[in-house]
Amino acid sequence: MGLEAYVAVSAGLFALGIIAIIVRRNVLYVLMGIEMILNAANINFVAFSHFQGDSLDGRMFAIFTIILAAAEAAVALAIVLNVFHLYDSIKPSDADLLRE
Amino acid sequence: MEFNPEVDFPLLMAVLAIPVTAFILQIAFGKKLPRQGDWLPTTGMFGVMCITVYLAFKAITAAYHTGGDGEEHAALDFLWSSPDAGFQFKWLFDSAKDAGPLNVVAGILYDPLGAVMLAVVGIVCFCVHLFSMGYMAGDRRYHIFFANISLFSFAMLGLVLSDNILFLFIFWEIMGLMSYQLIGHFSQDPSVPFFHKWATWASKKAFLTTRIGDCLLFVGLFIFYRNFNLAWEASATLQQAMPDFQPLLFTDMWEMGRLIVAQNGGEFPAWMTLGGLCAFGGTIGKSAQFPLHIWLPDAMAGPTPVSAMIHAATMVAAGVFLLGRMYPLMSPEVLNVVTVIGAITALFAATIGMVVYDLKAVLAYSTISQLGFMVTAVGLGGLTAGMFHMVTHAFFKACLFLSAGSVIHGCHHVQDMRLMGGVRKYMPITFVCMLVCTLAIAGVPFFSGFYSKDMIILAGWAGVLDPAHGGWIPAFALASLAIAAMMTAFYMFRLIFMTFFGEYRGNQKQHMYTEQIALEGLEGPPLHGHDDDHGDDHGHDDHSDADHHGHDDHGGTPHESPWPIVVAISILAFLGMFGGHFWLADPGHLIHPTHSEPWFTKLATPESMYGPEVGAWATTKISEGIHNHDSDLAHSSHAYAVGLSLTVASLGILLAWFLYVRRRDLPNVIATKLGPIYTLVRRRYFIDEIATACFIKPTMQLCTVFKTIDERIIDGFVLLNGAIHHKLAFFWTWIDKTVVDGLVNFVGLLSQAFGAAFRLLQTGRIQQYAAFAVGGGLLVAAWLILS
Repeated sequence: MGLEAYVAVSAGLFALGIIAIIVRRNVLYVLMGIEMILNAANINFVAFSHFQGDSLDGRMFAIFTIILAAAEAAVALAIVLNVFHLYDSIKPSDADLLRE
Repeated sequence: MEFNPEVDFPLLMAVLAIPVTAFILQIAFGKKLPRQGDWLPTTGMFGVMCITVYLAFKAITAAYHTGGDGEEHAALDFLWSSPDAGFQFKWLFDSAKDAGPLNVVAGILYDPLGAVMLAVVGIVCFCVHLFSMGYMAGDRRYHIFFANISLFSFAMLGLVLSDNILFLFIFWEIMGLMSYQLIGHFSQDPSVPFFHKWATWASKKAFLTTRIGDCLLFVGLFIFYRNFNLAWEASATLQQAMPDFQPLLFTDMWEMGRLIVAQNGGEFPAWMTLGGLCAFGGTIGKSAQFPLHIWLPDAMAGPTPVSAMIHAATMVAAGVFLLGRMYPLMSPEVLNVVTVIGAITALFAATIGMVVYDLKAVLAYSTISQLGFMVTAVGLGGLTAGMFHMVTHAFFKACLFLSAGSVIHGCHHVQDMRLMGGVRKYMPITFVCMLVCTLAIAGVPFFSGFYSKDMIILAGWAGVLDPAHGGWIPAFALASLAIAAMMTAFYMFRLIFMTFFGEYRGNQKQHMYTEQIALEGLEGPPLHGHDDDHGDDHGHDDHSDADHHGHDDHGGTPHESPWPIVVAISILAFLGMFGGHFWLADPGHLIHPTHSEPWFTKLATPESMYGPEVGAWATTKISEGIHNHDSDLAHSSHAYAVGLSLTVASLGILLAWFLYVRRRDLPNVIATKLGPIYTLVRRRYFIDEIATACFIKPTMQLCTVFKTIDERIIDGFVLLNGAIHHKLAFFWTWIDKTVVDGLVNFVGLLSQAFGAAFRLLQTGRIQQYAAFAVGGGLLVAAWLILS
């Protein structure tokens, strides 16, 4: 199995993540979409590192990204909590103050 | 008492300053002062009277003492003009050319005639002021009236004192304006419904008629001014003789006239004749001579004191006074015109005076007639006689008018003599005053008018008898004057008999009036018939009730007038009686203790008025003999003159007595017999109608034509222009609204549309933004890949 298979899976995961961000009516799914994008990136990091020789750089980036994703999830959930307090809703379409 | 110009000229200036100050104060504060300020101008005029009489007395006395070469020939040739006192003010003065023709130097000229005239004006004007305090009581514009007569007096005083013709003309015009104001005094008074229309009309008529004369005088002034300048500039002799020539000063004009005529070989140049005629035109207008006399009878639309003022001391006297001032500059031809005009006026006005019934109209025509006497006298070379008659006439005519005013006041403002009669029982003082002055005007010996009229007749006789003068003109003048003098005696006694004798007819008022209006409708102005209720409403509310009750004895009968009226007419009657004596002889030796010789003849001779040289020349101009009292000619003419004037006076009085006391039925019979002639005279020779037809109608028609042109053509152009612009404006409005506003609105709308479109994208939805971002990224990627 060559590199193309990994990249294709990664692209598919990325596309699914994007779609989740754009079309889902629940903000938690949007967060999940973000995680999927991050993981698509992780797959790429790991795949390229594997096929490029015996270097650990790509794996290290992937681990950093997982840690970053955990921190990001905490911040994001806090934002979601505040949005819910403010709007009584977790629909992203209700939080439209940016229009002003 | 010496007349000292340096001390006494300021007094003369005060004579001018007092009335004009009174006028200003009265205009400004009159209404707020107690009694509406009538005492202010009256007191001022009293001061003026005192100053003028004092100065005249002083000046004449001084001249009497010092003049001449001895007591037998004591001459009265004083002539003080401003340079003596350093009293001149300069106007339009070009300092670069110190003696150039642009300069106007104005000042005071105080000569014997001026001194006497000034005193006469002072006295008469004071009496009129005093009279007005009684007569005008209750008037609507009482304070304005006093302001106006004050300025009127000021103008006449200034005219007498002016030493140059330009200032004389200025005062002359002020007088014209004030006569307009005063004749039209009732013109805005709704309480005199009949009078106020007449007054408006009469004041306009007076103003416009005299304006013709004023224009002529102005033209004459310029003829003299220009030609004197030209002659002076052209001739070295004249420049040498008169280096400081001022072409407007009377003294310089006289002297220059004499020199020019001498240079011309004793002949008057044509321009002097023309200028003299024009100047006489001024007299014709102001002094109501023949063609322009029509304003004077209507001037009685003004209040009676104003009539007295106009007819006696001011206005009409100004014309004769001007004649006195211009006499040396008038060529024999001009003097002949003067004579003829004067004689015609004297005669024809007297004929009208015989048939009118309005008390004031009789006096008005008698004034015209007497002015004709004066003018004729001047034309015949009898300058002294003319001026003398002006002085005596001022007194007795003022008295007659004021007495007539008193009668009118007493008879509740009725003016028609047919409604009077027997008034002497009710108003004895007025009757005596009026009788005295009637005797004076009729020329009865020992009354003032006799002396002056006698001198005029004498001038006529001298002209007839003088072979050098001769011709038909003096004969015509003498005949006219003699007949006019007889008519004067007749109509004045007709007035006395109709007004003061017989029974009082005022109670038949209502009845008689309707009848007379139906019969004639002649008296009064040619306006709106005869509505004679005017007097009752005017300032006499207490009487109007009585009149409405009809035959209430107490309210209907006349009454003597209040004290200011009585005092004023008494003073004037005294002067009307003795006014001639003062000038003729010195009865009480007041002037000079050892003299009682006649001296008015010396007071206003050409020599005393114009200085010895000009005077002697002016005397010889028309006739050698008149002033030479030692010659047989003068002696015989004097005898004739006295005989003639006595005869005509007594004839006139007897005729009046016969017709209006003895056979009171006769006048109507005679009038009927005379038929058309009576109508002709009664309608005042149709001169008003002729003037209307010849001048007023064509002028009005011309005005109508111009009005039509103005309305049709000029207004048409203007309106067309306006209409075009109006229409154009609609077009421009359309352009403005559609194109310009459209563009502006389009820009605005466009921005709005863009805003609205882009606002749709700005939803505030994160997901949408993310979708756009992704879409954009994809597009960029696609573009990168495909290119």
